[in-house]
Amino acid sequence: MSPVVELDGVGRVFPGPPEVEALRDADLVVETGDYLALVGPSGSGKSTLLHLLGLLDRPTSGTYRLNGIDTGVLSEPERAGLRASEIGFVFQAFHLLGQRSNVENVMLADVYRPGGRRRRRQRAIEALESVGLGHRLEGNPTTLSGGERQRVAVARALVSEPSIVLADEPTGNLDSRTSAAVMELFDELHGRGLTIVVITHDDDVAGRARRRMRIQDGNLTAIGAGAA
Amino acid sequence: MAGDLGGPVSRSVFSWRDLGGEVALALTARPARTLLTALGTILGVAALVATIGLARTAGNQIVTRVSELEATEVVVSPERRGGFGGGNRNTGSAIPWDAESRLTRLNGVVAAGTRTSVNVGERLARSVPVIDPLGQTEYQIPVIAASPGLFEAARAQLLTGRTFDGGHSERGDPVAVLGPAAAQRLNVVRVDNTPSIFIGEEPLAVIGILADTARQPDLLSAIIIPDSLARARFGAEGVEEVQIEVAPGAAPLIAAQAPVALAPNTPELLRAAAPPEPERLQRGVESDLNSLFLVLGGISLIVGAIGIANVTLVSVLERTGEIGLRRALGARRSHIAAQFLTESVALGAFAGILGASAGVLSVVAVSASRQWSPVLDPWLPLVAPALGAVIGLVAGTYPAWKAASTEPIAALRGSA
Repeated sequence: MSPVVELDGVGRVFPGPPEVEALRDADLVVETGDYLALVGPSGSGKSTLLHLLGLLDRPTSGTYRLNGIDTGVLSEPERAGLRASEIGFVFQAFHLLGQRSNVENVMLADVYRPGGRRRRRQRAIEALESVGLGHRLEGNPTTLSGGERQRVAVARALVSEPSIVLADEPTGNLDSRTSAAVMELFDELHGRGLTIVVITHDDDVAGRARRRMRIQDGNLTAIGAGAA
Repeated sequence: MAGDLGGPVSRSVFSWRDLGGEVALALTARPARTLLTALGTILGVAALVATIGLARTAGNQIVTRVSELEATEVVVSPERRGGFGGGNRNTGSAIPWDAESRLTRLNGVVAAGTRTSVNVGERLARSVPVIDPLGQTEYQIPVIAASPGLFEAARAQLLTGRTFDGGHSERGDPVAVLGPAAAQRLNVVRVDNTPSIFIGEEPLAVIGILADTARQPDLLSAIIIPDSLARARFGAEGVEEVQIEVAPGAAPLIAAQAPVALAPNTPELLRAAAPPEPERLQRGVESDLNSLFLVLGGISLIVGAIGIANVTLVSVLERTGEIGLRRALGARRSHIAAQFLTESVALGAFAGILGASAGVLSVVAVSASRQWSPVLDPWLPLVAPALGAVIGLVAGTYPAWKAASTEPIAALRGSA
């Protein structure tokens, strides 16, 4: 069985002027059930790596295999299909639609997924229940606390049963107490076997991951134990 | 969680049902804003529909009111033929005296009657056989010989009494019907005792007085006598003209047939005057009314389109985060474009429906206040929503392209 994510000498150069090498020759393997934290100061290339992993961007060198599939040879519609069914996103800014109910926000994740029509509402309700919001199905995200909103967003990332969840500074807009609650949710999901990659500059958040890697000036290096 | 994917990778999808659902949710999320965005287009479509509808209604009304009389009228008279044969003389023989019975046999003729001015020479008309040296009792009053059908063909209304009929005409009875002006001058107000009048020395019994006529207005000031009497006693030579009332729409046909029916051997000696075709008149009225208001309606449609384009463009900028999210969730550029384009097309169609309704209502309201019959082309309420949709399509193209070319990475970085 192939690893979920396999980066082999991946680089990303933004054409200039001035030309910027945001990521240099990165190697990374994320196995199923892994929980990885990527840390680094802002401008270090964290976001670039996350967008590459999330198939929102293409590397300029190297190969990226997702579940053993070389994503470099796929067309845009196919990459969009993988985004819809294999990748769950959690954003710092939540990106919930304020005019829709919580359950409708979660259901949005199935709109573009092949085969996403079946039992859509039912599965959205189950996803909200799994993050502890079974009692806030019909409410509006604007009436929720920050921590609850992020849990709706996590439920949206989970509803398609993705191979990997990519979280970009998931606690960046939260205070320390609600941050801890959201990270406990991540721990719990990891405990259920979910593969998670978290980008953060918060050491507390990074400390909860099973292993950590650092990006500095576009170079990806392992911290402590764990292989690159 | 998924392991190796055996088959080819599935492309992301966006079903029609989901497209419709997303568009409906987006448009109903802020109903007041949706309505205001559509307002310009609503007004434009309403102006166009009302303009076309009112022009049609007014055109129809003008034709109905002004030329209903003309549209059902044909007048046949001898062709004037200067300097040939009879010279200036009336070709009296061209129209036979039995014109009425010849014409009423034609399908489409409602009524027909001949009229001839009678030259009474020096003979004056008076109502009493007494010559009063102190006051004027004798008048020069025109005398017109008519066949019985002329009254109906001229749409004459009686004030009192009756008109003469085929029997009077056949026997050459000395009877007369007075126009109201003639009756006043002769001081005849009632006919139940059949008062007598005199033309020269010829006594006539007055059997009726007219109230009004729609055609042949000179009947109003004349003494009208049966045509046979005019020939026998006053030397009338030939029919001057034939007044025909035709069924609506039959005028062109009767105008072609009447000369042949009256003079089978020499129809070219007769001239049948038919009214102008109502459609042509109506079209003229419509184009006059239309051109100005169509320009105004077109301008307000352009303003409406700019309104939709403007608000949609603003909402694309506002919804940058949503666009990035949708891309992350698997939407392709084409899906984003389809969503925004469909939103503006649906908005335009919605505006078209509302505008068409408002336009139709205003046509009905104006017609009701003027007591006109509203006339509307049936295609108009159907075309209007399509016009609105086209406006939405045109207005939404640039915003949709803008939305589709939004970079998801940049879009997601923004705050919620």
